[in-house]
Amino acid sequence: MLFDKFQTMADFQAELAARHVKPFGAVTEKILSATEGVVEGRNVILAGTNNYLGLSFDPRCIKAAQEAAARWGTGTTGSRLANGSFSEHQALETEIAQFYGVDHAIVFSTGYAATMGMCSTLAGPGDTILLDADSHASIYSGVKLSGADIIRFKHNDPEDLAKRMRRLGDRAGQALIIAEGIYSMLGDVAPLQEIAAVKREYGGYLFLDEAHSMGALGETGRGAAQAAGVEADVDFFAGTFSKSLGAIGGFCVSRHAELEAIRFCINAYIFTASSAPSIIASTRAALRIITEEPQLRHKLWDNANRLYDGLKDLGLPVGPTASPVVAVEMEDRSATIECWNALMAAGVYVNLVIPPASPSTNFLLRNSVSAAHTSAQIDTIIAAYAGLITAGLITPTSKAH
Amino acid sequence: MTDYQEYLDFLYSALAFQNKKQLVLSEDTALVADMGLSSLEVMEFIEKIEDHFDISIPLNILPDVNTIGDLAKKVRELNL
Repeated sequence: MLFDKFQTMADFQAELAARHVKPFGAVTEKILSATEGVVEGRNVILAGTNNYLGLSFDPRCIKAAQEAAARWGTGTTGSRLANGSFSEHQALETEIAQFYGVDHAIVFSTGYAATMGMCSTLAGPGDTILLDADSHASIYSGVKLSGADIIRFKHNDPEDLAKRMRRLGDRAGQALIIAEGIYSMLGDVAPLQEIAAVKREYGGYLFLDEAHSMGALGETGRGAAQAAGVEADVDFFAGTFSKSLGAIGGFCVSRHAELEAIRFCINAYIFTASSAPSIIASTRAALRIITEEPQLRHKLWDNANRLYDGLKDLGLPVGPTASPVVAVEMEDRSATIECWNALMAAGVYVNLVIPPASPSTNFLLRNSVSAAHTSAQIDTIIAAYAGLITAGLITPTSKAH
Repeated sequence: MTDYQEYLDFLYSALAFQNKKQLVLSEDTALVADMGLSSLEVMEFIEKIEDHFDISIPLNILPDVNTIGDLAKKVRELNL
């Protein structure tokens, strides 16, 4: 039967409904600020939003969006290749290229379209792609469409990448290496100095998705490559406007002039309507803000360190280093669901992540930190996790400090 | 060039400890449908083959691989 393959998911959703839990698609009834809302009838601290710099409620971004909607209308109703290229889109492309210090940029309607579109187009039949095993679903979708040979290397393992580049022989020089800055589920950062060294040794092109690291890492917020000092080794940077920039959309920037020809070959760019002018305008405002206000990034890291240290001190299994994404890994599905529900009851909304969205067979309580969180809110989140331990819903895996 | 049978023999030996159902393995044995390997187990098995022959097996060829025989043929092609 056509629908048989969906039965497992239907059963899982039925189980969640029977337990009165709604972790997937929980309805936000009201947004009170960048860090508070009413979700499924509860007032909660938002700790699973990717709103890293808290700009979704910045009055300057809101004003820019309002003015653009009034001036340009609510939507473009067309593709960038047809009637959907407004001067706002062009201006954002110029500004995002300048932000990265390169000459070429493409703005996409979503971050998913940016990475999926680029990864499906850059390499084609006869080419080889080497991608990190924990790459985002948009990257996997893209490479699958590319027609290229797809080779995975172990997550954040430059030695495995080097081994696989060596095995390619003469083909290595044309290979496309794909990595991310901060990985979205566990918040770990790619070892980009080592990956760049592999590229320098064997050749190839490096595509880096900075979706979760733009705005969070680097001296001027350009991301993990800037932080690692290897931007010159990156051929294509991709990213999103839906996280640190508080809107929606995606981009790819490059020093390669060929990006201007590639633009006309990307179905995810051509066959979709361009972003609404209001979105582009708020993104432009947000980009200016992250350029001019590095203190936002410092506040984000203060909060990230506070949450990471707090959960680690409770003995919870968090990642190896602090990051704007702090994930608690659990092995038991049912226990993780119970914990998610208890956190909601305690007024804290986090993301429940189940395989295959999580990078292993583990389940995750994924927290994302915002510069807009107050220290008191971070402490409330930590206290909610302490409550899970007290209630016997989660057992510390390391000795609490 | 290693003979097809030698590839098969290597795959049989490499699969021995993942043969939870104690099946008598043949080239027609399906890795998932018969042996019940999980996707994680398949990837571990693939990595073992890759390291043994010092090759990389592209993900995009895996949809065409159902049986041990299918895999032996693909590995032989990649190792030529």
